Amino acid sequence: MADLVSHPDEVKVVTRRFGQGATDIDRYLELDGYKAVRKAIGMDADAIINEVKNSGLRGRGGAGFSTGMKWSFVPKQSAKPKYVLCNGDESEPGTCKDRLIFEHDPHAVIEGVMIGGLAVGARSGYIYIRGEYRYLSVIMQKAIRDAYAKGFLGKNIFGSGKDFDIFWHGGAGAYEVGEESALMESLEGKRGIPRIRPPFPAVVGLWGGPTVINNAETLASVPHIMLGGAEWYAKLGPPKNGGTRLFCLSGNVAKPGVYELPMGYSLKKMIYEVGGGIPNGRKLKAVVPGGSSTPCLTADEIDINMDFDSVAKAGSMLGSGGVVVIDDAQCMVKFALRTMKFYQHESCGWCIPCREGTDWLKKTLVRFHSGGGVKKDIDNMQYLSENMLGRTFCPLGDAAAMPTIAFVKKFRKEFEDHLEGRPCPFEKAGVAEPVMA
Amino acid sequence: MADVTLTVDGKKITAPAGTLLIEACKTVGIEVPSFCYYPNLSLQGACRMCLVKIEKMPKLQTACTTVVSEGMVVTSDSDEIKQARKSMLELLLGNHPLDCPVCDAGGECELQDMTFTYGAAESKFMEAKNHKDEQQWSPVVFFDRPRCILCYRCVRVCGEGMDVWALGVQNRGVSSIIAPNKEDHLECEECGMCIDICPVGALTSGAYRYKTRPWEMKHVGTTCTHCGDGCKTTLGVRRADKGMEIVRGDNRDKSGTNGDFLCIKGRYAFDFANHEERLTQPLIRQNGKLTPATWEEAFELIGKNFSEIRERDGGTRIGVIGSMRTTNEEAYLLSKFARVVLKTNNVDHHRTADFPALAAALRGKENATASMAEVFTAPAILLIGNDPTEQHPLLAWQIRNNVRLHRARLYVINSNSIKLRRQATSFMQIGAGLEGEVAAFLAGNDAAADALVDSSAKKEEWIALRDKLSGEQSLVIVFGSELRGKDVASLVKFGSAGSGAKFVCLADYANSRGAADMGLYPELLPGYHSVVGSSEFHQEWGEVPQATGLDLPGMVEAGKAGKLEALYVVGSNPVGRLDIDPYAFSKSFVVVQDMFLTETAVMADVVLPAANAYEKSGTFTNTCGDVQLVKKAGEVTGTKSDFEMIVRIADAMGFDVRKLVPFGGGTRADMGQSRGAQSGEADRHAVWLEAHGLEPKMSPFDPMAILDEIQRLVPGYDVSRMNLLAGNSEPTSLREAGASAAHKAESIFPANDNLFSSGTLGRYSRTLNSVSESHEVKAAEVAAD
Repeated sequence: MADLVSHPDEVKVVTRRFGQGATDIDRYLELDGYKAVRKAIGMDADAIINEVKNSGLRGRGGAGFSTGMKWSFVPKQSAKPKYVLCNGDESEPGTCKDRLIFEHDPHAVIEGVMIGGLAVGARSGYIYIRGEYRYLSVIMQKAIRDAYAKGFLGKNIFGSGKDFDIFWHGGAGAYEVGEESALMESLEGKRGIPRIRPPFPAVVGLWGGPTVINNAETLASVPHIMLGGAEWYAKLGPPKNGGTRLFCLSGNVAKPGVYELPMGYSLKKMIYEVGGGIPNGRKLKAVVPGGSSTPCLTADEIDINMDFDSVAKAGSMLGSGGVVVIDDAQCMVKFALRTMKFYQHESCGWCIPCREGTDWLKKTLVRFHSGGGVKKDIDNMQYLSENMLGRTFCPLGDAAAMPTIAFVKKFRKEFEDHLEGRPCPFEKAGVAEPVMA
Repeated sequence: MADVTLTVDGKKITAPAGTLLIEACKTVGIEVPSFCYYPNLSLQGACRMCLVKIEKMPKLQTACTTVVSEGMVVTSDSDEIKQARKSMLELLLGNHPLDCPVCDAGGECELQDMTFTYGAAESKFMEAKNHKDEQQWSPVVFFDRPRCILCYRCVRVCGEGMDVWALGVQNRGVSSIIAPNKEDHLECEECGMCIDICPVGALTSGAYRYKTRPWEMKHVGTTCTHCGDGCKTTLGVRRADKGMEIVRGDNRDKSGTNGDFLCIKGRYAFDFANHEERLTQPLIRQNGKLTPATWEEAFELIGKNFSEIRERDGGTRIGVIGSMRTTNEEAYLLSKFARVVLKTNNVDHHRTADFPALAAALRGKENATASMAEVFTAPAILLIGNDPTEQHPLLAWQIRNNVRLHRARLYVINSNSIKLRRQATSFMQIGAGLEGEVAAFLAGNDAAADALVDSSAKKEEWIALRDKLSGEQSLVIVFGSELRGKDVASLVKFGSAGSGAKFVCLADYANSRGAADMGLYPELLPGYHSVVGSSEFHQEWGEVPQATGLDLPGMVEAGKAGKLEALYVVGSNPVGRLDIDPYAFSKSFVVVQDMFLTETAVMADVVLPAANAYEKSGTFTNTCGDVQLVKKAGEVTGTKSDFEMIVRIADAMGFDVRKLVPFGGGTRADMGQSRGAQSGEADRHAVWLEAHGLEPKMSPFDPMAILDEIQRLVPGYDVSRMNLLAGNSEPTSLREAGASAAHKAESIFPANDNLFSSGTLGRYSRTLNSVSESHEVKAAEVAAD
């Protein structure tokens, strides 16, 4: 178990029960557990959806789409069963928040799934947990078992006359399955490859039924909204960016860890105050603001608020909340290579630009970093990335292209420093430590 | 569905709602490139070649997955799109081996064509390409992985189209690879459609690989010589020492009634033509041994003997056995030759279905037979007997894909749990031999159902099924040779009672239907007219013997009794196939026309080396009654077509061949002028003459002269000559066929071929043999003790 960190600026909503033994269902009940779902049972489905809509809750998986809106797309009537899916396939490098939620507060996720189910009229839900998080699925399985034992799940939940079932499902080790339609394929026992859209999951999803799929953090936020009210939640953040966010601060900061901060918190403050600044007297070089797929920001660009809209305005994305801090001892070429190695390894291979593009980018970067680069490689990497961008079957291609474009554009000088057979200037100094091992 | 109007590159397009953008573009001649999109297969969106700009959409969209909508404004050709296509090709070519100079697909490769069109001339990468060695997946399927561009067409055609599901994808990312279903090899129907559909040279044919280049071959689209379905196959022919060599069969042309489909036989089993046991010289028995002779010697001997027997003892002492693989023209000519020249009605062939019964039952009924095309479009199909997956692969394909794409309802009644049950709405398994009871029950005889009732089906279920079938509009009823005689009549009675069902009677070989239609029967003339009476044929042909002749069993008996003095076998192997006593004809003068020294040929007195269907012109009628052109791909030195041999024998008998083959007609105007067309220029005058059936028939060996007579005289064959010559299939009808004379249902012998066998011919196909062997279940090895 990872050590928990804290900072006075934190607003503990989702992390409220962290470290308090809430994996135990009785303890969870003492901490206001299962109150939200009881409240939701007494509410009209539309009222639940409106509450979530008004809270300004936006998808915590990375895309930042309004959760209430997503729920409202599910048709009221459906010949096929409807489903609620919890996307716990957290795999984006630099992101480690869902993991803490599963570890410390699994019942909140269960509650979120149930409320989602009540809102859209589903009577079963799936919690999909990343394959590598095997120890978390043990926790989750126990939580589900306990909830069934208490009669919170199964037939006639809370004596309401309604039935609701939850199943857990483990991933098989593919980042791609974090994409919602690929996750559904995986759940159905097929290769984890995204589906063609439209139709969107809200209309045709898991097993062909209307499906709501939300990130674990999103669903874990829902019970708090039900209890605290939409207005309270919305006001925690700036307009249209309701609530708090679990920021996963990592890299060259003094106090890395997962911090729950209000949406719109200053990035600069996050690095220098919450994270305790750059250690060893080094200077900030760049920040990856929202997981490895988001374009990096240079040290001059960090005076921004961390909400979906402000980060987008700065040319990047809030993404999954994985903030990776890079100091001036790091080689950006190596960082780009490490990032591309990941996407090359994780590309599902379905479409040409992602399958081939990531592989050529990786090959080029490997050679480039080891001193075999030629000048046209730099333009070539940019050309390749730009030609992948927006043309792949799913966002994985974009996720590989966007950071690469930013690395080449913003740190061209560092790329040029590797040319003409020169060894990596940072490695020569013998000071670089891997930011992402 | 209602139409929607959209604009593509400034052109207004109206298309039915639900149309894919890529298809809508085609209708106005705007080509949107694609690798993974393939009509009638599931959508992929994987190759990203078809990206187009749609107004109000921020990113480029794939035209293959976008459905047209009202007012949509699309750009299919801008700098951005050109660049997108170019970069996709650059990425594909990055890992592609570019071994085009030796690749089978070189010259007919979609990747080459796309690269040529959209340009990706510059090599952007320095690293080594990913490589993996070529694999052999079956005797006929090879996979060269580096060439594969992962369009997944093969996976889908095998799964969705063939319902075989033998191909899949392994690994992920750049390591993704198409893989066969059984470790390192395929266990499948060996149809080879994965090879045809492969846009590049990743999947190659074991029969063709590294043999030649596409442009070195002549490509001849003809009709397959194997089963009764009549697929068009495109033969690639190359010059060889013996005249010609067929090096490839495939379905690149796709204009046939089979569309995308071709099975193992149509694709690979042309190799019998080049078999080393092929006869290329006439053989005459001398001192008990078959000895090479000249054609003149052979014809002279046959002519002399046939004439003498006819003059001395009458034509009834001569028997004629025709073929199910000769053309309509040859079957008709043989039927006419027997009656008019030999003066005998002792005519028969290896019957595999009861067409006379069907013709009799359908007499006077309009549009009562279904074409092969209609099997793909009918809203409901009833299949009784047969196993089309094995015996009628195209028909099975039509049924399967009709169910998949048009949601047709398929009702299967069979004594085995045949594979098509997987597509069936209703599957009733019955005891072997009870198909006749089914027909009787359907026709209203409720008592017949008692035999059908067993633990798996109650009587009420049978009644419910009949009610359901009676309610089906435009039902197509397909039945195998299990149903004969009165059973066929019962089925027709049932089918005609409701909304007018259409029928397909399944026979086993390429021209089984033609042999029947052309009157290779002892009691029937072409068009199922009785030999007794005075039909058009009696009038046109002159004297036709009026007594019913001997059928095959009758000829055997007559032979044994010494009453059959001569037997003339054209392209048939009754001894090998029908279990006939080889000594039955030891007292007769036997003439056999065949490609090989078959069990029948070895006992002959004269053996004439015959050309096969790929070496001659004419027409075939498939089991549904669709007539199609058979085109000569080339010839092997030392053989003659059965057509020519029949005419030569008639000539040797002193018969005026003009009365047999009405040649010499047509117009000769302008000959020699437009024929001087420059190389490559269409001979417009010849095209015009052909289209109007005016092509001069200058030779008695021109089958087109007989086709004229067939079209004029045989009921139902008056189809568009223009369409026929254009390579299309033309459905015939049995409506005005003559009422059947007494017909022996027991003289039908189903061939019982499977996917990998094809009668006597199949035994001379190395490919079929090797595939058969590879599919045999090998006994587990036993440790030596």
